Amino acid sequence: MISAVLFWFLAVVATAAGIAVFRVDSMARATYALAVSFVAVGVMLLLFNLEYIGVITILMMVMEMAIMGIFMIMFMGMNPALMPMSMVHNKRGSAILAGGVFVGLATAVLLVPWPERRGTPVADLTESLGETIMGSKMLVMLTVSPVLFATLVAAIVLANPRGRYDRFGDDLRRRPPAGPGEGDRR
Amino acid sequence: MVEGLVEVAPGWVVVAAVLLGLMALVGACVDGALTAHSDRRPLLAGAGKPIWETARLLRQRRRVLVASDPLLWRVGGAGLLVVALLMVVVVPLGRWTVADLSVGVAWFNAMDVMVWALVWLTGWGANSAHGLVGGHRFLAQALSYELPLMFALTAPAVAAGSLRVSDVVVAQQGLWFAVWMPVAFLVFCASVLAFSVWGPFSPAAGGDIAGGVLTELSSVDRFLVLAGRYALLAAGAAFAVPMFLGGGSGPFGPEWVWTFLKTVVLLAAFVYVRRLLPVVRPDRLVEAAWVIVLPVVLLQVLLVSLISLGGGL
Repeated sequence: MISAVLFWFLAVVATAAGIAVFRVDSMARATYALAVSFVAVGVMLLLFNLEYIGVITILMMVMEMAIMGIFMIMFMGMNPALMPMSMVHNKRGSAILAGGVFVGLATAVLLVPWPERRGTPVADLTESLGETIMGSKMLVMLTVSPVLFATLVAAIVLANPRGRYDRFGDDLRRRPPAGPGEGDRR
Repeated sequence: MVEGLVEVAPGWVVVAAVLLGLMALVGACVDGALTAHSDRRPLLAGAGKPIWETARLLRQRRRVLVASDPLLWRVGGAGLLVVALLMVVVVPLGRWTVADLSVGVAWFNAMDVMVWALVWLTGWGANSAHGLVGGHRFLAQALSYELPLMFALTAPAVAAGSLRVSDVVVAQQGLWFAVWMPVAFLVFCASVLAFSVWGPFSPAAGGDIAGGVLTELSSVDRFLVLAGRYALLAAGAAFAVPMFLGGGSGPFGPEWVWTFLKTVVLLAAFVYVRRLLPVVRPDRLVEAAWVIVLPVVLLQVLLVSLISLGGGL
């Protein structure tokens, strides 16, 4: 009973915060409304006894929104991000798209013949969920993730305007190197 | 759930809140006494200063700012205390704990990430350039300390083979983790200072930007943020006790006394560090954190993993 009430409360919070993302007139409010929506979803996952996934969802999403907020404000041209602004572009098109997707998904939820539960849930739901999703591809995923990570790091190293060639000189022999900060550049 | 550890009713979270407030007050009083000591004023008057300062702030009229965002500003300021409380609910006090989550360590980590958002919102909401610079500084600093902190928390979890805080305590019955994984312990302590915007990691509230995120705060808002900082320090110190300092284990007496004693000693050390070290600029910290600290703490985790695979110490 209590968990059902909590679930509906969180569902309403998540949806309302999601709507707020497009209704508010400030970048910061839109960003953190999205964060609230994600946190509500994370707490819902806790209700499903997916503790690890729930907590990590909260962690990742708050972190991501904190950084995203800065980027949104930084890259909004002519800086309207610091002034009240509308959060919607192409109003009619996006409304049709969003409405269509919602109706489609909601119909699917109601029409799909959901199977009855067979057997009992396992002790470690997180592990079993991972096995179900990844299964035999676990090894591939484990290999791909370091490769992806290395690609990210390499891209940042190449794009960094204050990398080691700027600081240590073209032959990497300048001693002492120019400092890491903007103010320390030679 | 471990033998002997009791998960108390959720209502006891009120007691946890009171204890956290008390610890935050202890931290503030220690800082007041240390300030009085360096100014050659009477220690006792210095230690009492936080109480008078609280009374002053609570009576002060709120400053009203043009085009501020009061909602985000207040959420940011008041949130620090809430997050500190959410951190301590997973900390066992002797043999009692409010919530012995199966992922208690990850929970603490998620809560400290909340501070990213809260400090930035405090800086943003005031619509002040100094506050905004402070908020951005904090996020820049957070990029430096968060990964080392995560791996510092990984080390005890790997050694205990569990993310449950009570399992980590049980795993330390032979030897405290602080003794055989000192790097992880030190990095954790430094990260606590960092997410509390304290000492060497307080450029977000730096004097060079007129107080940064604290600049425009007045009245009860200022009180909540200042108290929240001490509460975060206290929560970090309290969490270090089950993670690295053997929890409630002690040579004699009840276990809760030892939890308290260790927390207070560590908290006092945290508060004192502010007087020893200069403030580090975030753009300088990032190099030290990623080039030196992160590899070192990763080596620590590797060492701990190998020892755990070999059957432990």
